[in-house]
Amino acid sequence: MKIAVCVKQVPAKDAPLHIAPDGTWIRETDISFEMNEPDSYALEEALRLKEKHGGEVVAISLGPERAKQTLKEALAKGADRAIHIADEEFYRLDPLAAAQALARALEPERCDLVLTGLQSDDHGFGQTGVLLAELLGLPHATIIMSIEVQDGSLRLKRELEAGWFQWIELPLPALLTIQSGINKVRYATLKGIMAAKKKEIRTIPRTELLPSLAPTQKLERIYVPEKTKKTEFLQGPPKEVAAKLLEKLKHEARVLGSS
Amino acid sequence: MPAFPGVDFIDFDSLLTDEEKLVRQTARQFVDEQVLPIIEACNREGRFPTELIPQIAELGFLGANLTGYGCAGMSNVEYGLVMQELERGDSGLRSFVSVQSALVMYPIYTYGSEAQKEKWLPRLQSGKAIGCFGLTEPQFGSNPGGMLTRARRKGDRYILNGEKMWITNGSVADVCLIWAKTEDDVVRGFLVERGTPGLKAWDVHGKWSLRASVTSGLAMTDCEIPAENLLPGAEGLKAALSCLTQARYGIGWGAIGAAMACYDTALRYARTRKQFANRPIASHQLVQDKLVWMITEITKAQLLALHVGRLKDRGRAHHTHISMLKMNNVWMALETARKARDILGANGIVDDYCIMRHMNNLESVYTYEGTHDIHKLVIGERITGIAAYV
Ligand SMILES: Cc1cc2nc3c(=O)[nH]c(=O)nc-3n(C[C@H](O)[C@H](O)[C@H](O)COP(=O)(O)OP(=O)(O)OC[C@H]3O[C@@H](n4cnc5c(N)ncnc54)[C@H](O)[C@@H]3O)c2cc1C
Ligand SMILES: Cc1cc2nc3c(=O)[nH]c(=O)nc-3n(C[C@H](O)[C@H](O)[C@H](O)COP(=O)(O)OP(=O)(O)OC[C@H]3O[C@@H](n4cnc5c(N)ncnc54)[C@H](O)[C@@H]3O)c2cc1C
Repeated sequence: MKIAVCVKQVPAKDAPLHIAPDGTWIRETDISFEMNEPDSYALEEALRLKEKHGGEVVAISLGPERAKQTLKEALAKGADRAIHIADEEFYRLDPLAAAQALARALEPERCDLVLTGLQSDDHGFGQTGVLLAELLGLPHATIIMSIEVQDGSLRLKRELEAGWFQWIELPLPALLTIQSGINKVRYATLKGIMAAKKKEIRTIPRTELLPSLAPTQKLERIYVPEKTKKTEFLQGPPKEVAAKLLEKLKHEARVLGSS
Repeated sequence: MPAFPGVDFIDFDSLLTDEEKLVRQTARQFVDEQVLPIIEACNREGRFPTELIPQIAELGFLGANLTGYGCAGMSNVEYGLVMQELERGDSGLRSFVSVQSALVMYPIYTYGSEAQKEKWLPRLQSGKAIGCFGLTEPQFGSNPGGMLTRARRKGDRYILNGEKMWITNGSVADVCLIWAKTEDDVVRGFLVERGTPGLKAWDVHGKWSLRASVTSGLAMTDCEIPAENLLPGAEGLKAALSCLTQARYGIGWGAIGAAMACYDTALRYARTRKQFANRPIASHQLVQDKLVWMITEITKAQLLALHVGRLKDRGRAHHTHISMLKMNNVWMALETARKARDILGANGIVDDYCIMRHMNNLESVYTYEGTHDIHKLVIGERITGIAAYV
């Protein structure tokens, strides 16, 4: 089975974030980066499927030069080779453009299975995986908590709301977006890190795959949650004020049930 | 427990390769997830966490900078970064890996016969066998050349008599590398296997330091071993000392880890602990002075370790460079632990925090592998040309 895994490099979980001067991305100096958490579970799932059914795992990442670090981690953990779609301004891409670039790099690979994380810990669009499935013409399923491969098809467990799960079947090839916690992620062993030094990372500039951008959405501004203190005086006869207050408590502050 | 963010004031990480950072990440995650949750209990109970050995081996930490026989073939800088993270967990854990890697595997690798290498290195690398290094004796510590342990040749056997003291892993070792003088007064290394008649081991009790590590005494009474257990390439005390140079190099990095743990703890504490006018104690100049001292010394120690590591990778590190690394970095770590303890006030004395454990551990690290002052004399001799040991 040939499996591709999309891995994104994102700021480390407790990195102290500062907004960059142009207001649409963070200042990248002084922070460290790591593999997006759901992607690390997707990678682990791919490695386990390979260990069970044989085949190849290809890790692919779209991002700036530093994203190679994440691909090297994937190779050290056991991926066979890697593709780096190089784009220093990756943060300007909307999820559709990112999916288009990934799709163009993955089309010639003709994978049996494409795995992505459920969402990324930075932008959190949760769109890239499903858009990629559409572009590759593959059926997809999201929020996957378990994968079983049975002669040519998949039996999958999806996470629903409120502790509910759903079992579904899907033909191969397919694309799945993986939920964190599906498995226990391995460490890269020192021997794995040594072995990765000899594995291939093929770099393709994003502009080669996707020369022009026709953004369907634009990031206006990112900002730290603004703390505002607003005081409003309710005026009028006590009965009216009480009714207004009740409305506000129910619908604005939402501290009272609205039934 | 939150993941350890690292201590990096001057963008030290920009001096590291991706691979070096990956190696550190593996060791860091292992320590955060497997060591820190159990280490205070191990320290209280005075036990080494043997349950971690299989994973330590599987990750490739044992003999990491050796090549072949299942070893990972890491560079010295990569190996150093592993030591740093392990000692951020506990000096006892780092001691275990140091002894196994630098004091048992390295000498077999460097001075052993092919048969010795094939017999022991794969088993030591995979953690299936544990080794110990017996140099120090009750009467001879800083001056091991005075050792009393003797090896007498008898046909195709050697007969060992003597006593070793303060031996890490002594009572749990499957193979003891014992340094002894032969009849011609030359120090040689002998592999003595567990269960050899005449070999007795006991543990040192009542330690206030390295409690999560086994420290033993060994006695050899007419202890007979096959002559082929002599390390053929190790002749003279300098062979034993060359192993210590390897181990000390790892200690130089390890001490940074212990200091990082103390600094990180003290910094977090100082920012949240409030005294006087409901202000965090980090707002006082006297407290900032301590924190700034720590981060400055840690930063200098990192640069020293990295530079010596790069020299070692190029085959250019002199043993006195490594003496300076060990001397400076362990001293800096011990001082950091003391200042951190002060910042935590009364909370600094209990094992809800790592500080007293590190401080106590570092007292051993300050003494073993050449005491702080002995390294001064080593460097002093190098720069003046005059030996001042007596
Ligand atoms: C926890 C622990 C684990 C250890 N593990 C091992 C092990 O695995 N294998 C092993 O072989 N050994 C081991 N050791 C022993 C260690 O290497 C010795 O303790 C160390 O070499 C110091 O020797 P000593 O304790 O006999 O002190 P001494 O040599 O008696 O030194 C006492 C003091 O005198 C000072 N001093 C000595 N000579 C001079 C001089 N010429 N000039 C100025 N000052 C001097 C020293 O600096 C020190 O301050 C371990 C020790 C400890 C504490
Ligand atoms: C074993 C033990 C027994 C004890 N027994 C008793 C007892 O019997 N009765 C009793 O009442 N107490 C007792 N104590 C408490 C002891 O007196 C306090 O620990 C001590 O007053 C320090 O307070 P703290 O631990 O809260 O540290 P903190 O006051 O939080 O101090 C932490 C650090 O901040 C520094 N700091 C604080 N304020 C400033 C400032 N303004 N400027 C600069 N630096 C500052 C301190 O010097 C210290 O380094 C005991 C403590 C211990 C450890």
